[in-house]
Amino acid sequence: MKETRIALANLGKIRPESIEDYLESGGYKVLEKAVTIDPESLTKEIEDAGLRGRGGAGFPAGTKSRFSRLSCDICPEKYVVCNADEGEPGTFKDRIIMENDPHLLLEGMLIAAYIIGASKGYIYIRGEYTESINRVSAAIEQARERNILGNKIFGSEFSCDIEIRLGAGSYLCGEELTLLESLEGKRGYPRIKPPFPAEKGLFGKPTLVNNVETLAHYPSIIQNGAAWYNHLGTEKSPGTKIFTISGKVNNPGFLEVETGVTLRELIFDFGGGIKDGKKFKAALLGGAAGTFVDESMLDVPLGYDTLKEKNLTLGSGAIMILDEDDSVTKVLHNALRFFKHESCGKCVPCRVGCKQLLILMDRINEEYDPEAVQALEEEAKYMAATSLCPLGQSPILPIASAKRFFNIAAAE
Amino acid sequence: MSVKEIISKYPPEKSYLLMMLQEIQNNNEKNYIPEDALQNVAAYLNMTMGSIYGVVSYYSMLSLKPRGKYILRVCASPVCELVDDSLLSWLTEQLNVSVGGTTVDGLFTLETTECLGRCASAPAIMINNETYTNINTARLETLISELRMK
Ligand SMILES: Cc1cc2nc3c(=O)[nH]c(=O)nc-3n(C[C@H](O)[C@H](O)[C@H](O)COP(=O)(O)O)c2cc1C
Ligand code: SF4
Ligand code: FES
Repeated sequence: MKETRIALANLGKIRPESIEDYLESGGYKVLEKAVTIDPESLTKEIEDAGLRGRGGAGFPAGTKSRFSRLSCDICPEKYVVCNADEGEPGTFKDRIIMENDPHLLLEGMLIAAYIIGASKGYIYIRGEYTESINRVSAAIEQARERNILGNKIFGSEFSCDIEIRLGAGSYLCGEELTLLESLEGKRGYPRIKPPFPAEKGLFGKPTLVNNVETLAHYPSIIQNGAAWYNHLGTEKSPGTKIFTISGKVNNPGFLEVETGVTLRELIFDFGGGIKDGKKFKAALLGGAAGTFVDESMLDVPLGYDTLKEKNLTLGSGAIMILDEDDSVTKVLHNALRFFKHESCGKCVPCRVGCKQLLILMDRINEEYDPEAVQALEEEAKYMAATSLCPLGQSPILPIASAKRFFNIAAAE
Repeated sequence: MSVKEIISKYPPEKSYLLMMLQEIQNNNEKNYIPEDALQNVAAYLNMTMGSIYGVVSYYSMLSLKPRGKYILRVCASPVCELVDDSLLSWLTEQLNVSVGGTTVDGLFTLETTECLGRCASAPAIMINNETYTNINTARLETLISELRMK
């Protein structure tokens, strides 16, 4: 299958622990040029490129960058925060970027920081990602030694430092406002929105929060221009996306392709088909907070918009494959167990709701019980309407989609 | 490294709290954060014991109770379960502990974790800070006996 690599352009071509390799491959050249261009033009480039956030929600990156730049544009303190908490089950794209090309992330972050006028950046990496933590730490040290991080970067008036902070085993801390709480050394309880991070973010200051993969697209967009990027992939979700494919395929793994690729291509061309010669049954798109599909969706072009039209999600780009002998109900059960485990318990609908969902799943597992399935969906809808943060609003996604395509009452 | 040495490596800012606590825990023989270490950190960051306790108890990677020399964390998330759901029960039997428990010799604590981002080579486990992939019971047996001999 033909890959188009942007975030993974250097994968296997440079030694990740060597800044020399990165520089020789043209690394930090875009940053050097960017700091001589006015931030408005750069913002416009990101906007026109149509880049959408790769952390799951697909929010337009240019809009966010503009908000953060214009928010208190005389503020001496602004922050760029890179979300490297990657906890959505089935997802490991950010790990691949950090382990293989940590300087690309730093370069993207520095460009983003220059655009919004931030003098400090933080990368919040989940505590379990030992290799990513080591690679990115080493890259930061190397960049500091060469004053690529520091004062008056490339002789400009732009100064910026980047530091790492660690998570300690909480999925919810990947939610951007909760992440900021955790970064401030607090419990991972979500904040109420608004205000958004662009207004009041880290330490109450204007903050741009972007995912690792989103930031890794910045250098290429600035280098090659918005028009180049915009022509890749689908109309409304342009560019490339890293998909991580797991479960019952012959060759699980990751690949970066233009959006608009289909599940059929990912499973049968890249993934080498279903394991042990079995038949395809289902895919879970976007992790636990994602949606199940059956074979009727194998040819839908994968993009944020194209999937949304079908009431489905692209999310993080995680794709988990089930074969004919696997049970969607069992995977759903585990996804709901996951939410219960990760619920922070701050609000009643989610705290009680998550428990209720598991009780209903037990009923479904015990015997054929269509009423329990109905109750399951209603409970999740109620949670979506009344929960305080997006975690409590997520269980409806796998539940409604599983029910739509499969007979979960029969534990299919 | 002593707790005091670890703490003094960091500026006295609360944003370093989780990093300090993890380093303290990693340097502790029993893989936990003792009460007096917590007191030192609280004093250094000008936090009350109540608020620091609130933070520590929230995060699943941090422990206030002594644990084994090796923490075995089995991924409980959907992909690993789909590929092989037998590891946890095998370990409970072999080590004769339940989840959260420590073996009588103080060597192993058995825990679960959520997705470790190794789903393409599931199932995955972590032993202290290292991740192991494509695990099966035979490989677990080898790993455990190697650790026993260390
Ligand atoms: C429960 C929950 C967990 C999340 N986990 C992550 C994560 O691990 N990494 C991430 O980039 N975004 C995560 N997000 C999305 C972030 O809230 C946010 O949308 C993202 O960091 C924005 O970056 P982007 O615009 O570049 O996508 C999560 C959201 C929720 C509700
Ligand atoms: S929805 Fe769930 S995770 Fe979010 S605040 Fe409420 S209890 Fe916590
Ligand atoms: S589900 Fe176990 S590593 Fe991802």
